[in-house]
Amino acid sequence: MNSTSLLVFDVLLLVSILSLAWASLATRDARNSVILFMAFGLVLAVAWSRLMAPDVALAEAAIGSGLSGALLLAAVYRSRGQQPAAQQQSTGEHNTSAATVAARWAVTLLSAAVAGVLAWALLHASGSAPHDTLPLAIAANLDASGVSNPVTAVLLNFRAYDTLLELAVLLTAVLGIFALGPAAAGYRPAGPVFAGLTRWLVPLLILAAGYLLWAGAHAPGGAFQAGATLAAAGVVLRLAGRQHIGLPAGGTLRVLIAAGAGVFLTVGLVLFMTGRPFLGYPTAWAGTLILLIESAAMLAIAATLVLAFVGGRPQAAGTPAHTAGAKPVPGNPGKE
Amino acid sequence: MTELLSLSVLALMFCLSLGLVRILLGPGAGNRMLATQLIGTAGVGTLLLLGSLLEQPALYDVALILALLAAVAAAAFTGVREGGDG
Amino acid sequence: MADILAAILILAGLFFYLAGSIGLLRLPDLYSRLHALTKADNLGLGLLVAGLAVHAQDLLTALKLVLIWLAVLAASAASSHLIAQHAHRQEAED
Repeated sequence: MNSTSLLVFDVLLLVSILSLAWASLATRDARNSVILFMAFGLVLAVAWSRLMAPDVALAEAAIGSGLSGALLLAAVYRSRGQQPAAQQQSTGEHNTSAATVAARWAVTLLSAAVAGVLAWALLHASGSAPHDTLPLAIAANLDASGVSNPVTAVLLNFRAYDTLLELAVLLTAVLGIFALGPAAAGYRPAGPVFAGLTRWLVPLLILAAGYLLWAGAHAPGGAFQAGATLAAAGVVLRLAGRQHIGLPAGGTLRVLIAAGAGVFLTVGLVLFMTGRPFLGYPTAWAGTLILLIESAAMLAIAATLVLAFVGGRPQAAGTPAHTAGAKPVPGNPGKE
Repeated sequence: MTELLSLSVLALMFCLSLGLVRILLGPGAGNRMLATQLIGTAGVGTLLLLGSLLEQPALYDVALILALLAAVAAAAFTGVREGGDG
Repeated sequence: MADILAAILILAGLFFYLAGSIGLLRLPDLYSRLHALTKADNLGLGLLVAGLAVHAQDLLTALKLVLIWLAVLAASAASSHLIAQHAHRQEAED
């Protein structure tokens, strides 16, 4: 692509990203804000692709647009339901209490500080001589890593410990979600058009998730992208008002979520006990072990994201819808 | 051929910018959601063209995921909560 | 020869994309915009995909491109219906 068209393309992309981000923050209405944020995620996925980072573009397309948008919209609905109608009229106006103003200033200064640090880092990096040490090191060790995609090699092999801790963070997030109590009522059953969409979209999303998991070894993809795509399938089922959204019953669900970090930890400990360093895969087994860990991680990530959308402990199938203030139905362990 | 692909990418980005105008103006959430659909479809087209231009077949996968998740976004926008006000 | 065919298909696709986007800006209300955008954009994407498939000259890639187009087609059809239905419901409530 010659440099003038590339320049014009980049300028258009930058203008789009900046104006969408600005508009999303400047809009008074929360729902419009979320829609602008969803569009922002879509454009950002194109930007990552232009920057030759397809793994990040996949993650952005999966998480940043559809899933985050669905989550935020659900949150907007819930917060509207808790405000009396009169108060809803005034949410469009400036809330000028001292605490809010102070909070806004704090967020502004923090964002400016982060932007300043990033700008300094970028200038510093572009000013100094190119350091190719990291890509060279990765390329030199790629054959021994068990996969041929350098991103997966870094995430699941060279820096596996960091990924293990990330999965533990996700586990903690699920604990927080469970602490919110039983999930609120679901959605109304879908009309014929939406039901028809669900019928082909959910299988295709599941298939795409499996493909991304498999492709992660040799092409852009991997556990996080696959998990997010799988979560999208669960979110669609929930939006269509289905009782069964792909999450297993209580005990199995807990095992599934714990297995994300659990399998990773087990592999590391088994290797440690056989005399190798913690998470030091033997070269012949590296590919298989990575696939095993990624499969468990994909399921855990998908379950976590669906639970985040559901917003609480999922109810067992067959129990009546739960409204705020009513007594919780005595636990009927899932017959899903 | 590569010049045509480059110009096509520019044309699609231009379409995307037109969608931007609607999303910033459009009175009401429906118009904005519609513009998001345009941004999604133009984005898919851009990614397919970029995939061919930069010879990165992985971008076709990104385009597929983008298309599917844009549908999920529209579904999330229109879902009605049980006993809720939509 | 294949390149010329691909070029024609891609240009036709761009024409429909532009038509749909201009319709988005110029048409008077939500429903007509939905109508114009969904039809024109999906046809544009279809022609674009056809052009890229001819250019790729590899069956697997061509099939993947067609799959992407079919997914966008079905998704857009459902999405535009859902958006219109939602808007209609909002109007009925006002």
